[in-house]
Amino acid sequence: METEAKQSKAPVRGLWSGDEAVALAALDGGIALGTGYPGTPSTEILEAFSELGGRAQWAPNEKVALEVGLGAAFAGARVLVTMKHVGVNVAADPLFTAAYTGVDGALVLVSADDPGMASSQNEQDNRRYAVAAGVPMLEPASSQEAYDFTLSAFELSARWKIPVILRMTTRVCHSKSVVVRRAPVAPAPPPHFIRDIRGRVMVPAFARPAHLKLRKKLADIQAWSETAPLNVVHPASPALGIVTSGISFQHVREAAPEASVMKLGVVYPLPIEALRRFAAGVERCVVIEEGDPVIADAMLAAGIPVEGKPEMFRFGELSVARVGRILARDESPEPPAAKAKPPELCDACPYHPVYGALQRMGCIVAGDIGCYTLGVMEPYQAMDTCVAMGASVGVGLGLRHVLPEEQARKVVSVIGDSTFIHSGLNGLVEMVYNPPATGHVLLVLDNGTTAMTGQQEHPGTGRTMSHDATGHVSIEGMARAAGVKNVDVVDPVKDPRGFEELLTRRLASNDLSVIVSRRPCILAAADIRHFEKANAEKAAASASPCAACGSDDAP
Amino acid sequence: MPHRVTNVVFAGLGGQGVIKASDVLADAAFRAGHDVKKAEIHGMSQRGGSVTSDVRFGPSVHSPMIPDGHADFLVVLAPTQVENNVHQLRKEGVLFPPDLVPEESLRNKRSLNVALLGALSTHLSIAEEHWQAAIASALPERLLQVNLEAFEAGRAAERARSPGKARHAHP
Repeated sequence: METEAKQSKAPVRGLWSGDEAVALAALDGGIALGTGYPGTPSTEILEAFSELGGRAQWAPNEKVALEVGLGAAFAGARVLVTMKHVGVNVAADPLFTAAYTGVDGALVLVSADDPGMASSQNEQDNRRYAVAAGVPMLEPASSQEAYDFTLSAFELSARWKIPVILRMTTRVCHSKSVVVRRAPVAPAPPPHFIRDIRGRVMVPAFARPAHLKLRKKLADIQAWSETAPLNVVHPASPALGIVTSGISFQHVREAAPEASVMKLGVVYPLPIEALRRFAAGVERCVVIEEGDPVIADAMLAAGIPVEGKPEMFRFGELSVARVGRILARDESPEPPAAKAKPPELCDACPYHPVYGALQRMGCIVAGDIGCYTLGVMEPYQAMDTCVAMGASVGVGLGLRHVLPEEQARKVVSVIGDSTFIHSGLNGLVEMVYNPPATGHVLLVLDNGTTAMTGQQEHPGTGRTMSHDATGHVSIEGMARAAGVKNVDVVDPVKDPRGFEELLTRRLASNDLSVIVSRRPCILAAADIRHFEKANAEKAAASASPCAACGSDDAP
Repeated sequence: MPHRVTNVVFAGLGGQGVIKASDVLADAAFRAGHDVKKAEIHGMSQRGGSVTSDVRFGPSVHSPMIPDGHADFLVVLAPTQVENNVHQLRKEGVLFPPDLVPEESLRNKRSLNVALLGALSTHLSIAEEHWQAAIASALPERLLQVNLEAFEAGRAAERARSPGKARHAHP
């Protein structure tokens, strides 16, 4: 009856974002666990799943999320793991071998790609991951398909016992459109451990047959893909045929309503013979795809005569107008994008005094990913590198190792609290293990939340996704335990001069130093106080003698 | 033109309620029985940067994004964001600038987004009940009354601007 109760929380027909639609499908599909790491445009999936009553949790990073998901799927559960495109880089290590081990329940990994980089450091095309790891990939084009394909991905995963990637893009994740839900799927059998050493212990002797088994599965899935209802042909004029997938399909329908269209829902393994038949049936066949020429290259490699897009359309999102240009073979310069006001640090952001000091001191700042990356903007321009989550520490150390002393002394690694826990910890260990001759200063900007993605909790806040109290990972405690000599916690807003003096002292020494600059995010501060109060009240209530039975179970 | 898709662009700065306004319109159009798509970029732009949101509704909508020069209506919440968005309007399109609704007619300045929706509503054939339900479901109850008043203030302001157009707003 629990399922019915959860069902009733949301109407059968509604206007939902692609992210929310995935969450609804997870609910209706009997998913036992959702895990992931926040990252635009994927963040709202787990938040919505949690709000709908699903069991969802944030992991410290995407690799751990996928590993937790894999363990649960080994035990027979259905699991959803979500991340943004660059998060899959972090999770790639377990992903590639999970393709060999396969799963017992079902495991769907959502990769939310960001063509055009609305909120990312690159626009990598994760369709390449499906090919490289050897896992099937589905790609929805609307919220309804986000819902339907999530359920299909779970079916596919359970049927072939293989992880499946659901590839979304910013426009599908964040656009809202109409979704009609289905009746809930019957729950999976209760998880139970069944030993399978040869199947799950990937030592070379067992991994070799596992790879053969994977390729056999993929051949079977490829044969299924040839007639899968997820790939749809919309027949129209034979003069022009368009092969497309995902959001590009919507632009195609609007830009070329007269064209015959083969819309791919399964983007790996491709239904190559069906594509060959489609291309043979039209006079001109064009592939319209955002990002890399993945489908066009695969068709050309299979000897199917097809037209890809000019190189200029590899960059950025497609749109109705750009699809029109591709079809018209128009490579003339596009009109420049309208001037938009760039984002900036909030007026009352606690990072202002930090970046003011870094700018005045002429520091070389190895930066990281979060709100604080905005320190690169005017008026500070106080960031010199930003590459990947956690990279500030390693990049800062590398700079220190080789720069002349007067420059090396100015290098500071700057990282946020959530990013530090995500993958800065590894850099911290490197710092202690291979210290530069001039020492190093690692500045952790702790605003008590994962601010940039919309204020998610993380292990350093000591609260779960739904803001309940849980174990708390201390940033300064980790630094001390790792063996960093100087560990200070300061409030840069309360004492900006003290902060600047401390930073000056630490830069002048040859020691290893971690400075935790702690002050809550201005947008999150009121919520944080509210959560802390509520949790303190809960703790007090559970510590007091139980009124109902009179027993005292206080510690 | 009953079968055409209606295109509305909302523009402003992060934190002004651009996305909230587009949510209300999308919901009202959905309640009125239209196919609806709504697209925006959020994430980094939340931090005080430019934000736009596209709402398209009609019998059947394909792309969630409005092609440049195809917006029927452009609703702008920040004076600085008119110039960089006006190219989105089609030739006969209608602009709703932030100063359309006098500030003194709003009890709460933050309900400018809902006030401009009121102005927009005089051009659309979405019944009043759907607007009210959409506003009620998008906002906490304590803010409902002030926003319903803002919606009315926006309608009055638009009628004062274009008395001819307001006549056939609600058939």
